[in-house]
Amino acid sequence: MLCEECHKRQAVVHFTKIVNNEKTDYHFCEECARQKSEELGLIMKPHYTMQNFFTGLLGADTENVFVTQPDYDTYKCNSCGLTFTDFRRTGRLGCGSCYEAFNDSLDPLLRRMHGASKHTGKVPKRTGGTLRVRHEIEALRGKLAEAIRMEEYEQAARLRDQIRELEKDQA
Amino acid sequence: MWIENARKILPAWAKNGGDQTDVVLASRARLARNLQDLSFPGHASEATMKEVLRRVEQAVNAIRADHSPLKLTRMEDLPLLERQILVEKHLVSPQHIERPQHRAVILNADESVSTMVNEEDHLRIQAILPGQQISEATAAADKMDDLLEERLDYAFHEEKGYLTACPTNTGTGMRVSVMVHLPALSMIDQTRRLLSALSQIGLNVRGIYGEGSEAYGDIYQISNQMSLGRTEEEILYNLQTACAQLVESERTARDAIVRDSKLQVEDKVWRAFGTLSQARLLTSEEALRLTSDVKLGTDLQIIPDMKSIYLKELLFVTSPGILQKIIGREMSPGERDQYRAMLVRDLVNPNK
Ligand SMILES: [Zn+2]
Ligand SMILES: [Zn+2]
Repeated sequence: MLCEECHKRQAVVHFTKIVNNEKTDYHFCEECARQKSEELGLIMKPHYTMQNFFTGLLGADTENVFVTQPDYDTYKCNSCGLTFTDFRRTGRLGCGSCYEAFNDSLDPLLRRMHGASKHTGKVPKRTGGTLRVRHEIEALRGKLAEAIRMEEYEQAARLRDQIRELEKDQA
Repeated sequence: MWIENARKILPAWAKNGGDQTDVVLASRARLARNLQDLSFPGHASEATMKEVLRRVEQAVNAIRADHSPLKLTRMEDLPLLERQILVEKHLVSPQHIERPQHRAVILNADESVSTMVNEEDHLRIQAILPGQQISEATAAADKMDDLLEERLDYAFHEEKGYLTACPTNTGTGMRVSVMVHLPALSMIDQTRRLLSALSQIGLNVRGIYGEGSEAYGDIYQISNQMSLGRTEEEILYNLQTACAQLVESERTARDAIVRDSKLQVEDKVWRAFGTLSQARLLTSEEALRLTSDVKLGTDLQIIPDMKSIYLKELLFVTSPGILQKIIGREMSPGERDQYRAMLVRDLVNPNK
């Protein structure tokens, strides 16, 4: 089932709100649920994780809101079919696209594991796109600043030319 | 006679070479890589795994034509014992031989670089070298990665880096490690303190037989925990620095024990030597523990003229698969203990 708000991502948060005996069902993806929560009179905790997200939902308005467990079986990667339940059980992803599909949950996990979530290392030539060149330009800029600081102006001029050359190639 | 034959199958890391060999036994670098648009092996169909193997084999053939000799071996083509030996040579993981279908290993000429195909990731590129050669091992793995990458499309994400089956490897996909021998630090009860300090700076510590295993023979493996958000150079530098400090601490501890309790150390070393040179039955654990003491004795020159015995060589010939290969037949564990003791006696008393 798709999220009723963005119609793009899988709906993983399903809940029913009852006000004056009028029942409304909601089906959102995690991201939209977070955004809609205020509107629906729910309080989100500042440090958002899957777990405290749901306790936050429950705690805010327990009388009116019924929260079912997120439907991990339908929260899945469309490329390889791996569900989030599978990932939680094995700790292994199914394919490269899983990283996009489960990004909302994976990003905080990667931060906890590595203390970072952005790659700064090697970039493959074939599938790295322009990132390789951008990393190189960044590194050269660092060297340029250093050369200027050390008043090595000839070196700085050479570096500036190299940067221009790379930027031209990219454009 | 058998010693010469055994030395012929000795993997690169078990031979002499590298720096700081009194403390650092071996250095390893590993890169995890996957092919674009194909499910990771743990979640892949047979057809997908076959396709991975087909693409990799094609790449290897092309590399072989241009460069050094590489050999791709399919796990299912090998008898069980030969697969076991690959594990004992640390060229493939134990998991890799459990289900051999559509799994393979690519080896270079001296077996210093091995690449597992369809293990947890499509490609696990690994280089192991003797002694402290972390940067050399990293360079060797990196070179193999370049060769493969020229011919294969990798699963790569601008922000997340190299995409791997397990999120603990995401980013650089890099794991570097050193195998260190710390007998003196353990004698003065300093290993635990030092090793917990290492975990504070993002390094992992394990015993010789992997995760959660005891540190038999005072041998430890130290590796980086994090692979994302830092460059390969930073990961390498962090381990090199820690390794240099460990070497320094262990050497200081060795000086201290020789200074303060020379007789006790000599007694321990010679007792170990006595047992190794006379025992009729040896389990692999006991052999490892005693060899560790004897290695300390040779490093401290307590036992002179012991050039023919090396911890790694002994470690290698006494592992079950290698032992059976040397003897030339399958054996029960009890028989292995008997033959192990026999080989060790030969190694320790070469002029007998
Ligand atoms: Zn949505
Ligand atoms: Zn997937």
